[in-house]
Amino acid sequence: MERDAALFEYLLRLGDSTLILGQRVSEWCGHAPVLEEDIALANTALDLIGQTQLWLGLAGTVEGKGRDADRLAFHRDAWEFRNLLICERPNGDFGHTMMRQFLFDAYQSVLLGWLRGAAEPRVAEIAEKAAKEVAYHVERSGDTVIGLGDGTDESHARMQAALDALWPWVGEMFTGDAVEATLAAAGIAPDPADLRPEWDAIVRRVLGAATLTVPDSRFAHQGGKTGRMHTEELGHLLARMQWLQRAYPDATW
Amino acid sequence: MVTVRPSLAEIWGWLDQIPDPEIPAISLVDLGIVRDIAWQGDTLTVTVTPTYSGCPATSVINLDIAAALRVRGIENLTLKRQLSPAWTTDWISPAGRAKLEAYGIAPPEPAGGPKRCPRCGATRLKRISQFGSTPCKAQWQCRDCHEPFDYFKCI
Repeated sequence: MERDAALFEYLLRLGDSTLILGQRVSEWCGHAPVLEEDIALANTALDLIGQTQLWLGLAGTVEGKGRDADRLAFHRDAWEFRNLLICERPNGDFGHTMMRQFLFDAYQSVLLGWLRGAAEPRVAEIAEKAAKEVAYHVERSGDTVIGLGDGTDESHARMQAALDALWPWVGEMFTGDAVEATLAAAGIAPDPADLRPEWDAIVRRVLGAATLTVPDSRFAHQGGKTGRMHTEELGHLLARMQWLQRAYPDATW
Repeated sequence: MVTVRPSLAEIWGWLDQIPDPEIPAISLVDLGIVRDIAWQGDTLTVTVTPTYSGCPATSVINLDIAAALRVRGIENLTLKRQLSPAWTTDWISPAGRAKLEAYGIAPPEPAGGPKRCPRCGATRLKRISQFGSTPCKAQWQCRDCHEPFDYFKCI
């Protein structure tokens, strides 16, 4: 696979994951259980959308066809998205949202730690910026998972149910294909499988403190980052996110 | 048109008068986000680094810089975004830290929490939320005067 073609695909994977999760998390705006959590979720979503602008902006530059971050975000349809499937899963209850956030934050913190040293400076500088924000996210989502997991019977049961429901969606983070293989050979991206031990260590430490049981299964739903098969929910999310640019193409604020 | 190029010191002085759009108590220079200014021929390049990647103030900041320099006759202006090294609260000037505290926002501390209540100065404090009204702030409360206050997150 050619280097720039692989890099474009990879940047879509990074930027689409932060975009779709940012959109999902922002659905909480005005609906969170308490005001402080509402603000925290909105801030997290804002960071993710900001990172999206950087990743998709660079993707457009690498592609060289005049598409900017907005064009990539608003003018593609579901099958052109390359986000991890876990990012498009519905929010569920607050505990479910925070469990999904923690599993993703832990992944992002390990991934960005690697990418800060990437042999492509344009990737490394975005990772350096985003890593600071993500360090904050994972601290908060981890604390919340511990608080709710090691909380009341009700909150514990809900967090265990969330973990069980989300676990089949984490494996996709650590599967690679020709895109990652090409970039790994060039020192630009890690082999995703290499990120798993560090992720496992973070996740098991927090889930242990949360008195939650890590599921045994290694079954992994796949197809998001390759674009082969998204879940039904992505289309509904895009319909809401993209309607204005679909109804009034190239409208500006 | 400018016939004589203003000096860089003069331009730094102008930029130091532009308030941050979200926290108008401090200037863009106090905040440490203006990283460099340089003349290349008759074009001025201002290098700005974002605080948080999604901070909505970023585009307003660029507009404010362009507007402030244009009224002083600088027509040829390039605004350059610099991501690395990433912005850190260590770049907030001592004057900026004092202005934040006087405004009621506890300045960032490496320890990860405010040193004292910006209103009464007490040190018995508790964190209400890791996030606040803007991406750069968290919410804390004083246990003595009971006032909630913003804390500028240390990153």
